[in-house]
Amino acid sequence: MIRLLLAGTFLFAWMSACASAAEINIGYLRRSDPKSTLSLVQTSAKDDGIAGARLAIDDNNTTGRFLNQQFSLEDVPLAGEGNASAATVALAERGISLVVADLPAGELLNAADAGSPRKVLFFNVGATDDRLREEDCRANVIHIAPTRSMLADALAQYLVWKQWRRWFLVVGSHAEDKLYGDALRRSAKRFGARIVQDKVFEDTGGARRTDSGVVQIQRQLPVFTQGAPAYDVLVAADESEVFASYLPYRTWDPRPVAGSAGLVPTSWDGSHDQWGAVQLQDRFMKQFSRRMTARDMQAWTAVRMIGESASRTGSTDPKAMLDFLKGPDFALAAFKGQRLTLRDWNLQLRQPILLSDGRMIVSVSPQEGFLHQVSELDTLGIDRPETQCRLK
Amino acid sequence: MTPTTSIRGFLRRRRFHFTRTRHCLLGLGVFALIGTQASAFTAYVSNEKSNTVSVIDTDKFTVVNTIKVGQRPRGIELTKDGKSVLVAVGDDDTIQVIDVRTHEIVATLPSGPDPELFTQDQTGKILYVANENDNTVTIIDLHRRVPLGEVQVGVEPEGMGLSPDGKILVATSETTNMAHFIDTETRRIVANVLVDARPRFAEFKRDGSEVWVSSEIGGTVSVIDPVKHEVKKKITFDIPGLRKEAIQAVGISITKDGKTGFVALGPANRIAVINAATHEVQKYLLVGQRVWHMAFTPDEKYLLTTNGVSNDVSIIDVANLKVTKTIQVGELPWGIAISQQ
Repeated sequence: MIRLLLAGTFLFAWMSACASAAEINIGYLRRSDPKSTLSLVQTSAKDDGIAGARLAIDDNNTTGRFLNQQFSLEDVPLAGEGNASAATVALAERGISLVVADLPAGELLNAADAGSPRKVLFFNVGATDDRLREEDCRANVIHIAPTRSMLADALAQYLVWKQWRRWFLVVGSHAEDKLYGDALRRSAKRFGARIVQDKVFEDTGGARRTDSGVVQIQRQLPVFTQGAPAYDVLVAADESEVFASYLPYRTWDPRPVAGSAGLVPTSWDGSHDQWGAVQLQDRFMKQFSRRMTARDMQAWTAVRMIGESASRTGSTDPKAMLDFLKGPDFALAAFKGQRLTLRDWNLQLRQPILLSDGRMIVSVSPQEGFLHQVSELDTLGIDRPETQCRLK
Repeated sequence: MTPTTSIRGFLRRRRFHFTRTRHCLLGLGVFALIGTQASAFTAYVSNEKSNTVSVIDTDKFTVVNTIKVGQRPRGIELTKDGKSVLVAVGDDDTIQVIDVRTHEIVATLPSGPDPELFTQDQTGKILYVANENDNTVTIIDLHRRVPLGEVQVGVEPEGMGLSPDGKILVATSETTNMAHFIDTETRRIVANVLVDARPRFAEFKRDGSEVWVSSEIGGTVSVIDPVKHEVKKKITFDIPGLRKEAIQAVGISITKDGKTGFVALGPANRIAVINAATHEVQKYLLVGQRVWHMAFTPDEKYLLTTNGVSNDVSIIDVANLKVTKTIQVGELPWGIAISQQ
C-alpha cells in the first residue's frame, strides 16, 4: 500500500515538474544560554545542535528533489525569560507543527502541553531525563536524545565486560548530577557491579577558568579520592561540569575514570568513524568547520526521521508521520551499524551508545552477550516491563 | 587462536607445495608451466584495513601474492580485456590500475573524491564511479583516463549496476534510500525508486528483466522491474536465533542463467541462497564474520565471499550449495573480483 502510494506520489511529481513542491517547515526551539565547561575545547559552539539539523535539512532536500518535497528550518532561540510554550503557539499559528526541541525537561513539558491541542509533534534532542519517557511521558514527544539510564547502562555493560566491577562513585551536588548518579547506581545493580564508595562532590562555586588553575587542583583531587576501599574504576556523575574533568590522572590510586570524564557514554562523537560515519563527519566538517557533537547528531537524526517519514508516507501530516515512525516499517540508518527504531511504548529512539575517551571510540554498547528477547538495544535503559509510561 | 594458526600453517604448507610444483614444472618445460596457469582463475581481494590486495589461485585456493595498494581499498574489478585490476582506494581519492602480469600499480584514474564502488560498460571503455562524499556519479573514459562527466544523485551514492545492454545505470544512494535509474546516453536520471534503508548494491539479471537492490539497514533486497521502475518483490530474511538488526543485506550475485541469487547478509555471517524465479530464500550458508561481497569463478563452479571481520574468504561449491573451504587473507577483506581466464 505504501509502495503504491509512493509510486503514485513519484509519478505525480515527475509528470508535473512545474507543480509546486510540498513544503515541510520544521521549527527548532532551543535555549541559547551558554553552558560553561571545564575543558576549553569542549565549549559548545553557538550553533551546537542546530548545525546538525541544518545538515539534515540539506540531506532531506537532496532526497526531496526527487520527490518534490522541500524542507526548511525555522530557528527559535530562547534566551533569558523566553517562553517555550508561547513560542510553540506562535509556530503552530503559522502552520508549523513539527518541532525539534533542545530544551530542559520542564520547559519541554510546558511546550508539549501547549502544542498538544494544536497537533504539534515534538522531537526532543536535548533532555536526557528519564521522567520524560516514564511518568511524564507525552504522546506528542518523540525522544531522540538517549536517557541517563541508557547512557549509564551502556557504560556499565562495558565496565562489567572489562571486569571492572568495583566502582568508586562520585556524584555532583546539583539536581541533574544526582539524577545521573541514580542512573549509574541502577545500572551497577542491574549488571552486577558493586559501588564500594559513594561520595558527593560539593559545588562550592568559583570560576572554571583561572590563571593558576592546576596548582591547587592537583593537590585537592588526590586528597578527595584518598582512602577509598579497593576499587577498579572511578565513575563520576557531573553533568554540571564542576569536577569530573579534573579527575583523570589525579586520583589517589592509579585508576581509570569513567562517566562524565574519561570514558564517556554518548550518542555521538567527533571521532566516530565506523559504519560509514566518515561520510557524515566529512559533510558536517565541510559545512560548519568544526566537529560534530552528540547534540548535533541528535538534531540531525530528528530531522532525518521527519525526512524519512515524509518520503515513505508521502505525507506532511504529523499524525501520519507519528504512525509511521511507531510502526514496523520505520528503520533509520544513522551510522551506528544497525537500524534505529522507536520504542512504541514511550517514543524513545533505540540506539547503540558510543563510549568515547574524547579522542577515540573505545567501544560501542550494547556489549556482546547482553541478550534481549526483542532487541539487544533494549538492554539499554528502562525496558517495556518496567515502564511507567502510559501514552494517551 | 588455534584454528587460525593451523589454517595459516596449512596455507603455508600448501603454498610451499605449490612453489615446489612450479619449480619442477619449470624444469619440465615452459609449455607445462603455461598449462598449469591456464587451468586456474585468479581472484583479487581488497583488504580495507591492510591496504593490500590478496591474489588467490582458484585452482589451489591459496594466496599466491599480496599487492600493496593505496589507502582503504574497497571496490575492485578486472577490466574487460582482463589485463588490469581496478581498485578504488577511497582515502586516496582515486582508483588504482594494477597490471595483472606484474602485479604492479601502473596508473591511477580521476575518480572524484572517495570512490567506493564502480562498474564498466560492456566494451570496457567507460567506467561509472560512485563518489560517496560528493553525491555524484563520475563517468570516466578508461582508455584515455579522463573524466567525461558527472551525474548528481542522492546522498552517499554507493551501489552501481549497469543493465546488460548498457543503456541504464542504477546507482543507489545510502542516505537518500533510492535507486536512481540513469540513462547512460543522456546521463540524466529517468527514475528514482525508493527502497529500504541504506541501499548498498545493485545487480541486474543477465536478461535485464530485473535489478536487485540490497538494503543494509533495512535488511532486505528489493527486486525492481527496470521498465516500470517499480519494486515488484521485496525479499526478506528470517534466521532463527538471530536478531533482526544483525541481518544486513550487502553484496549480490546472480547466476548467468538467472535462476539463483546469492545475497551476503553482513553481520548475520551468512549467504542467503535465493530461487531467483520465485524470490524465495532456499537456504542460508554459514560463512565468515560480516560477509560483504562475492564473486563467481567464470565457470560458476565456485562462489568466493569476503568476510570482513574474520579476515578470510569462504569458498562455496555452487552446485552443492556447501561451504568447502576458508582462506585467510589480509585484514578486513571487502571486495573481490575474479579473472575470466
